[in-house]
Amino acid sequence: MGTESLPNIPGIEAGIDRTPAEKRAGTYLERVHEWIVTVDHKKLGILYISYALVFLLVAGAEAIMIRIQLFFPHNDFVSPYTFNRLFTMHGTTMVFLVGMPILFGFGNYLVPLMIGARDMAFPRLNAFSFWISAFAGLLLYYSFIGGVGLSGTGSAPDVAWFAYAPLTEKAFSPGHTVDYWAVALVASGIGSIGTAINIIATVFCMRCKGMTLFRMPLLPWLYATTSFLVLVAVSPLTACQAMLLIDRYLGGHFFDTQAGGSAILWAHFFWIFGHPEVYVLVLPAFAFANEIIPVFSRKAIFGYPAMVAASVGIGFISLSVWAHHMFTIGMTSFGNAFFTLSTMLVSIPTGIKTFNWLATIWGGKIRFATPMLFSIAFLFQWVIAGLTGIMLSISPWNWQLHNSYFVVAHFHYVLVGAIVFMIFAAIYYWYPKVTGRMLDERLGKWHFWLMVVGFHMTFDVMHFPGLLGMPRQIYTYESDRGWTLLNQIVSLGGFIQGIAVLILVYNLVHSYFRGRDAGPDPWDAWTLEWSTSSPPPAYNFVVDPVVASRRPLWDLKHPEDPDSAFE
Amino acid sequence: MATVPLQHSMTEGEWKQPSRGVVAMASLITAESSIFTIFVVAYLYYLGHDVAGPTPHDVLEIPYFGTVCLLSSSGFIMLAEHAIEHAKMAAFRLWWGVTILLGAIFLVDTGMEWQKLIVHDHLTIHTNLFGTCFYSLVGLHASHVVVGLLMMLVTLVFALTGHVRAEHAYRVKVLALYWHFVDAVWVVVFTVVYVVGR
Amino acid sequence: MKLRAIIDRGWILLGMQLFCCACAWGSPSTSMFQPRSTPAHELKDLSVFVLIICGLIFAGVSGLLVYAIVRFRARKGDTTEPPQVFGSMQIELSWTIIPILIIVVLFLTTSRVLFDVQDAPKPPTALDVIVVGHQFWWEFRYPQYNVVTANELHVPVSSKDAPRPTYMKLTSADVIHSFWVPQLAGKTDLLPNRVNEMWIDPQDPGVYLGQCAQFCGTEHAKMLLRVYVDTPEQFKQWIANQQRIQPELNLQAASAESSPNPGNAGIVQAAMNRTPSNSPPTRSNVAEVSGLEPQEISPRAGQYVFEHQACISCHTVAGTVATGRYGPDLTHLMTRETLASGAALNNQEQLLKWVGDPNQIKPGSLMPAMHLSDRQNQQITAYLMTLK
Repeated sequence: MGTESLPNIPGIEAGIDRTPAEKRAGTYLERVHEWIVTVDHKKLGILYISYALVFLLVAGAEAIMIRIQLFFPHNDFVSPYTFNRLFTMHGTTMVFLVGMPILFGFGNYLVPLMIGARDMAFPRLNAFSFWISAFAGLLLYYSFIGGVGLSGTGSAPDVAWFAYAPLTEKAFSPGHTVDYWAVALVASGIGSIGTAINIIATVFCMRCKGMTLFRMPLLPWLYATTSFLVLVAVSPLTACQAMLLIDRYLGGHFFDTQAGGSAILWAHFFWIFGHPEVYVLVLPAFAFANEIIPVFSRKAIFGYPAMVAASVGIGFISLSVWAHHMFTIGMTSFGNAFFTLSTMLVSIPTGIKTFNWLATIWGGKIRFATPMLFSIAFLFQWVIAGLTGIMLSISPWNWQLHNSYFVVAHFHYVLVGAIVFMIFAAIYYWYPKVTGRMLDERLGKWHFWLMVVGFHMTFDVMHFPGLLGMPRQIYTYESDRGWTLLNQIVSLGGFIQGIAVLILVYNLVHSYFRGRDAGPDPWDAWTLEWSTSSPPPAYNFVVDPVVASRRPLWDLKHPEDPDSAFE
Repeated sequence: MATVPLQHSMTEGEWKQPSRGVVAMASLITAESSIFTIFVVAYLYYLGHDVAGPTPHDVLEIPYFGTVCLLSSSGFIMLAEHAIEHAKMAAFRLWWGVTILLGAIFLVDTGMEWQKLIVHDHLTIHTNLFGTCFYSLVGLHASHVVVGLLMMLVTLVFALTGHVRAEHAYRVKVLALYWHFVDAVWVVVFTVVYVVGR
Repeated sequence: MKLRAIIDRGWILLGMQLFCCACAWGSPSTSMFQPRSTPAHELKDLSVFVLIICGLIFAGVSGLLVYAIVRFRARKGDTTEPPQVFGSMQIELSWTIIPILIIVVLFLTTSRVLFDVQDAPKPPTALDVIVVGHQFWWEFRYPQYNVVTANELHVPVSSKDAPRPTYMKLTSADVIHSFWVPQLAGKTDLLPNRVNEMWIDPQDPGVYLGQCAQFCGTEHAKMLLRVYVDTPEQFKQWIANQQRIQPELNLQAASAESSPNPGNAGIVQAAMNRTPSNSPPTRSNVAEVSGLEPQEISPRAGQYVFEHQACISCHTVAGTVATGRYGPDLTHLMTRETLASGAALNNQEQLLKWVGDPNQIKPGSLMPAMHLSDRQNQQITAYLMTLK
């Protein structure tokens, strides 16, 4: 659904690059070279997203193997050594090589376009951040074939994604599995911090004329908050990796309990990183919801200032909740009470955001295109995820639920049900802008419904083994516990989700060559990225935009009722 | 969230936003502070937890001279910033050089301290918890000093070959911000290690 | 069309959930919803309260959401825009204040249970147990009775009129583990260089199952737990048996002077009694020369092999020369129903398999395969079967 393009501004014509795409391309080698040396935020965004999608398939395959192993009790599809590597790599890959890159990829692509800038603040730092993150992923996966682990079946990390000390000390992990994990994550962390610096500098220093901070779309606001969290939270991870490597190679004693060191200190440091990390992953998902839901409800986002305050508030409060991952580790009752309270408090701004989305839809005229389908599913699933989060924050109940499949179900509800669903929504929403082609709607709906069925089959049911006493990170289980049928349903749902993702991959490739022409603004949207051609030219905007409201394109399309009259 | 139409005055004034370099450096400083905080917390947590080996009280001597050098270098770098802002390039080169020299003296002083601890007191990173935490924290700071000095040396070389001009005052200011951060961290490390820890 | 599909799928999902609940109901239990001890009861009551509140919130919010997506869908052909509403301060305040109130209620309820359970005062009749986690087995020590055992915890039943809770101190010998028996209490972690505390007061005799709940290495999955809640008489009997030491079996049947002292090292006696030989003493050489390595498959022969191989460097059999602390105490091995912390049943066949090569039952277990001969394995098994 196209709309009329922007009014013709005289004198601009000469500046528009009308070279046909084929003429501009050059030889194959030249095109590859262009992608390798690029500092263009759009190309880097696409590189990040493509990289992440490849690893999504890899980590998804790891998950499928886990679910096959857990289909029967005492199954021997994989050995315990391999299984422990599988779940460690599945978690580490999904967080660091899928979640972070894909969200930074979207940020890279969209933030400059939405604020009317021509690129990020530091394009070369941007490129460096991507390539060091890419290197980190390759290093981590090299571990499968490199070196010799404890048992000789490769050196892929096998200490769980949170790698508790002292299991990771040389005494208990004499091979190189932990080293690959630590070094790869330090490299990835450097890339993340670089991107975070870039996003903050871009958002605060490069907005186009007229775009005050309170006229900025919510996506850049959320990315700025996310970036701040990355700065404050990823650094502790780098610090504790350094401490771990000092212990392992320089004879340090940070986590050496024989020398008076403390196992609980690693847990604290890791979760000081780990909890804000999940907000780093979820805030961009909120950002997508903030952009997509209004457009498909045909209404402005409800309560913009409250949304800004809630988002920033979530960022700050999330720094104070980390020990809710440690309720069983033996903190005092006051410690447990404090973290119970702080965790419950984070639900207030989160609830505000959820209700604001509801209020945005309320009174609108909802169009059920694929991006909106995923967004609606996101809303339902986010409510459930948040509620199981509240359940987990109840520290005494947590003593039963911690490290069980209830927790696994909860965080997959957040990571898949909220974040991955919104990533899918974002893909369907912005793919036309990035490539100039629409994704096939019919395939989109197949993808959506299969994901919904598979997701609920897996992750709704998964709560029950947890309530029935099944711990996580076990390669097999006893047949008399009543967990077998539940595990089988969970596994089947996983296979269905796999099929759904493959449909998406097919759609992405097929539509690139055969998709319908998108035009500049297929969704009739209101933010600046829809004012460029699809795909945008290298320089983004022919003329630096000047804005007078939060929805500059709405103003242009509705001169009788512009937002600028009300803000 | 008003629903009453507003009147906008068409502001034709300048569109001012903060400068990129300062914001980026402030962000980097935020991240680095976070790393240092973790090492400081570990240091404080482990005070008194040693099973064996030399204690801080036994072997640490307060590094007055190095500290004075490092902290005063902040003052000299401010003189350098002031000089370049006023296009006094010779003064800039002088104060910049003094800053580097004072930083280098601090590093030498640290080196001598470590030599005494290792050879004389047999305190290394693997001796005990105190050794691990001490060398990690002070070493982390020292590595930041080294990076700062390298960047300043490169700048000095550019200045001596005439490539640094008054319009680069802004870049010098951003680099100076980093140096001030390094000094501020030393105040914290010094307090934690040599005052509280002893 | 779309709406119908959504509702149909909703019913299917709901049906599935109920089915799952039904499935799990009759099984032997590690369900936190079948508590048998005060901490577990309190946790369950709290969880039901929270579930109800969360359920109401979910019903309310999702109900509104369903209503919204049905009522406010775009009608065919309508391309006009709806009225643009930017926000409302009153509504924002209401959905800030109401959640705050809900949280206050939740937090106060939670705190009461938290302090009740975690800071419960210890009565003088309490039984003390020290739990030490190892990769991949559990050590239980009863300081009041001088008893050490492994993997299967025996505690007395506790009732309102005769309260006898068990207060446990938990620590680890290596990495972090977690003690979790859902019917008795929430889980508590075992950390090296740190002592955590928990308590249980089971009210019904029986067996309760659990397992390690903190990833601790390769065989984390098979670090299972069994808690036997005994009647007071049964418990007394069990303690008495555990306090017995094993006799030193008559090792020197071949030699005339055998020491009757059960505490002495049988090997020292054997060495003293050995006839001198010309060749330098190697292990098998000694046996052959002195003719001491027994050939028959008997407990006595088994003890000989047990004490001449490396078994004693890891295992303890109280009353004999075996005083190793790295592996489980074997003094009363046959009083346990399972081997290798629940990985196998404790019978002759499994015992033989385990002794031959632990990796067949629990690959990654820290007990190495000793590569003894079949006969030696059978001898050891015969010996172990006498450790009642």
